[in-house]
Amino acid sequence: MTQSVETEAPVTVTGTPVAGRDPRLRWALLAVGLVAALALPWFVYPPVAMDIVAMALFAIALDILLGFTGLLSFGHAAFWGSSAYVTGLVATHYGVPFPVAVVGGAVFAMILAVPLGYLSIRRSGIYFAMVTLAFAQMVYFVAYQWSDLTGGENGLQGVPRSFFGIDLVETESFYFYYAALPILLLGMWAAWRIVHSPFGRVLVSIRDNTQRARALGYEVEKYKVMAFVLSAGLTGLAGGVFAINHGFVALTELHWSTSGEVVLMTVLGGIGTLWGGILGAFLAVMLADYLASSGFSGIDLVTGTVFVLVVLLFRRGIWGTVRHQWLARRLRRSSSRRSPADADPAKR
Amino acid sequence: MFVVTSPDARVAVRTRALTKVFRGFRAVDSVDLEVREGSVHALVGPNGAGKTTLFNLLTGFVSPTSGAITVFDEDVTGQPPEQVARRGVARSFQITSLFETLTGREHVELALQGLTRQGFRFWRSEKLLGRNRARVEELLTQVGLMPLADKPVGLLAYGQKRALELSLALALDPPVMLLDEPTAGMGVEDVDRTIELIRRIATGRTVVLVDHNMHVVGSLADRVTVLQQGRILAEGPYHEVRTDERVITAYLGEADHA
Repeated sequence: MTQSVETEAPVTVTGTPVAGRDPRLRWALLAVGLVAALALPWFVYPPVAMDIVAMALFAIALDILLGFTGLLSFGHAAFWGSSAYVTGLVATHYGVPFPVAVVGGAVFAMILAVPLGYLSIRRSGIYFAMVTLAFAQMVYFVAYQWSDLTGGENGLQGVPRSFFGIDLVETESFYFYYAALPILLLGMWAAWRIVHSPFGRVLVSIRDNTQRARALGYEVEKYKVMAFVLSAGLTGLAGGVFAINHGFVALTELHWSTSGEVVLMTVLGGIGTLWGGILGAFLAVMLADYLASSGFSGIDLVTGTVFVLVVLLFRRGIWGTVRHQWLARRLRRSSSRRSPADADPAKR
Repeated sequence: MFVVTSPDARVAVRTRALTKVFRGFRAVDSVDLEVREGSVHALVGPNGAGKTTLFNLLTGFVSPTSGAITVFDEDVTGQPPEQVARRGVARSFQITSLFETLTGREHVELALQGLTRQGFRFWRSEKLLGRNRARVEELLTQVGLMPLADKPVGLLAYGQKRALELSLALALDPPVMLLDEPTAGMGVEDVDRTIELIRRIATGRTVVLVDHNMHVVGSLADRVTVLQQGRILAEGPYHEVRTDERVITAYLGEADHA
């Protein structure tokens, strides 16, 4: 029944093709990424390098929702910031090694994400974004008011960087970078694992066609809540490392502008790509750092302009556009080699 | 207006006084439907007769204003689509409804996983989905899509997408299959192949079929229910229904001339 064809399918790739992965290319990319991560603090001021990697994990965590489930969260500062606070508090009050405090922060973010996710995913599209924003504002307000615990407007000062008494890590940000990097890389690996799991496949199907996923028996709400919680957990890991890196937690981490910033990075790099988040975070942090050190005061103006240009010119983001071109070229090549027999399975 | 079914046949799907009102418009109006187990039951009627709404009601995509739905005597009224699917009622969609970025193989893998809890395994490799390979390939071969298994469905032709629709419903191995215009928009040749395919997959199952094509209905259906303006106008075997005066006036006559 498939041989005679009603309408010839045009050779254009819609969305993000999952097919056509090249394992060699993937390993090569991974190697390049690892080398870049290891080399980064040699070229970039180490605390900034740490920010880049933490932001990269933040963007990747957001992308699990935005790119792979089709949910735009505009309240991820709630998880980033609350984990930063919890990490800071645990590190300050219990003097545990910082990885333990970071895990504590991430666990808190996940627990917070359960009710927030459960309530938010009842809406979709722009309404989902608005509900998440509203919840994040509530969390911001609580932190602002509860100044005995959080330091209110002054933030949480003097977060220690305890690491099994190893002086170099505790005092030198260069060595701290290498101590904290595995946590963030582990988080990125987890994101990759989630996206390329049976669960991740279901998320993509929900993104592409929610009703169809339901008809196949998938309990869409449960999957969305779980994606939300996992995303919050990885966001929490990143936020915790960020807090330790600065030795200080500012109220800004919970502010809605932080939620906006990470959406910007993810979209800049390209949603639904994972690598895009890393690239987006790198560019955004470097740009902000460069502009700040040049004494220029209109940082938001420049990043805003860059964002608008990217969205207008490269709808798929930078990484997404590159990948799309690459895949489309390969597809064109392979189909021109096989056509026209390709349209007719009986002849092959 | 309602034909009494023989008492010994089990009823797969039954509705009682099923009604759906959309802003005052009675899309489905007090419908008492009985679909006997193992039969191919066609729903026909002019556009706007309520066929698709009835389908959506039966599969939980729309919840009824009043009335009840049972599947093998279990009440499913008001249950969400995924629960209805888990009760063994699978459906295909009138408008091709697929996951544009996935391949045919990935579709069938997802469909096979749908009724398990394995979809929650976020810590495992997606290669896990490939362990049903033999079953996946059997299903794809059944609908003639095996040669195109690894293409994103965005690149498939219309008829091929329709075939994949069928294979997804089939993957659930459902006791009850609801097919919403499986031949819509197909050429004559494809229609005949689809009829053959449906006949094959209907063995041992209950099939509820909506189709405008009377050739399809005539070749497949054991029973036909004619809907008009949300109500059941007539019901019975195809040859009886097609000679029914009211039906001819309402619908069939025109279709036969066409």
